[in-house]
Amino acid sequence: MQYISKEGALTIDARFGAQVKEESGAEIDRCYQCLTCSLGCPSAFAMDYLPHQIVRMVQLGLREQVLTSSAIWVCADCQACATRCPNEVDLVKIMDVLREISLRNEMVKERAVADFHRIFLGNIRQWGRQHELSLILRLKLKTRDLFSDLRPGVKMLMKGKLKLLPARFKAIKSVRDIFQRAER
Amino acid sequence: MSQPTAGLRYAYYPGCSLEAMAREYDQSVRAVCARLGIELSELPDWSCCGASSGHSTSRWLACTLAGRNLVLAEGMKLDIAVACPACYVRLRNAHHEMQRDNRLREELSSVMAVPYRAEYSTRHLLDIICHDVGLENLKNKVVKPLQGLKLAAYYGCYLVRPPELVAFDDPENPQCLDTLLDTLGAEVRDWSGKVDCCGGSLSLSKREIASHLVAELVEMAGRAGAEAMVTACPLCHANLEMRQTGADGDKLPVFYFTELIGLALGIAEARAWLGKHLISPSGLLASHGL
Ligand code: SF4
Ligand code: SF4
Repeated sequence: MQYISKEGALTIDARFGAQVKEESGAEIDRCYQCLTCSLGCPSAFAMDYLPHQIVRMVQLGLREQVLTSSAIWVCADCQACATRCPNEVDLVKIMDVLREISLRNEMVKERAVADFHRIFLGNIRQWGRQHELSLILRLKLKTRDLFSDLRPGVKMLMKGKLKLLPARFKAIKSVRDIFQRAER
Repeated sequence: MSQPTAGLRYAYYPGCSLEAMAREYDQSVRAVCARLGIELSELPDWSCCGASSGHSTSRWLACTLAGRNLVLAEGMKLDIAVACPACYVRLRNAHHEMQRDNRLREELSSVMAVPYRAEYSTRHLLDIICHDVGLENLKNKVVKPLQGLKLAAYYGCYLVRPPELVAFDDPENPQCLDTLLDTLGAEVRDWSGKVDCCGGSLSLSKREIASHLVAELVEMAGRAGAEAMVTACPLCHANLEMRQTGADGDKLPVFYFTELIGLALGIAEARAWLGKHLISPSGLLASHGL
């Protein structure tokens, strides 16, 4: 369904709210727009839509705007919103599900954050544990941001805070099985 | 009355950060636990809990990656002791999900080829030291009180949130770390940033957000009269050290709580742990004769 607003034509997906509700298990309809979540959100200053607006937009079925927003990716995952909501709307689960759907549909606005998650999980799949040096280097190559953080990086290497080689890990098969099943 | 501390045994889950970036946290945890009579047996073949990247992208991965470690600990018939609050909340979450979702539990059992019952729990070491060892016992072991050291106890997010998963302290105004530091003889400053987020999960991917949040926290702690911050989280520690700007001498040092316990208990290796920090606390400690 389309309707016209000041910003132009908006497409409404009437099933979107129900989908998010089902996948997240969050009681989206309970939100009464009190703004408690947004007032305590540490990332609010960097968001295009605030957390309470995201909830409202999900209710309204503004699927595309929500899934292509940067808000869902600059969320720092601090859990303050869900902890403080007077109606127990689990915004953390909602954000998780929105990121999941946005990834599935390749609608990600904040590439660097999604790349970080992908590389992080790729490393676990490969080694079973995170290897921080590879995580940093792979992210740098992917985002073509080679020169930031050189000073603390070198200092960490000198202090032995970055292991050169990943941990050797015997029972890696069960970790790989988990990833394989996740793809099914 | 002080309680006997015999019989405290846990499966220790260090988590990935403690193998590298936060090696000094791992070393201080092991040394302090040995001194306090907490027996830690490292979980053999533990794997990454998936951290934020797991649950940000897939519920299944989040539950099973963390859950794999719960299965291993159940095999040892031990509760897990964990140092990293991010691992802590992921392991507790997986446990909670496995208890209420039979299908998930069965799938995990089939991956691991052993039945999983979700019977053992996961505890944070701050909780264990404050509540199982007890602060009275800790106090009796202090040989070098941290007199004059002005500290801001920084809890961050995952020690206190979400409260339905991790409630061993108040989610808005927790006290256990403050009380512990007070027990060590330090001067603990009250401040309003103790459960604010430092943006650690975005430290590498959205640096400007992390820098902004760190600057606010450091400013707040400084205004409260603190000379250093104290954390129980390797991600907060790395983020607070890396994202502080300004001249090196103006930066606030950040301690792991176990390092300060080590100092107060007179554990000799404590100097070596502190030598790994990016912001050296040695000038500050010397100024208090520590
Ligand atoms: S705190 Fe809860 S009820 Fe209030 S606006 Fe946010 S989600 Fe809605
Ligand atoms: S979890 Fe995300 S949306 Fe909620 S308060 Fe924290 S940063 Fe904001």
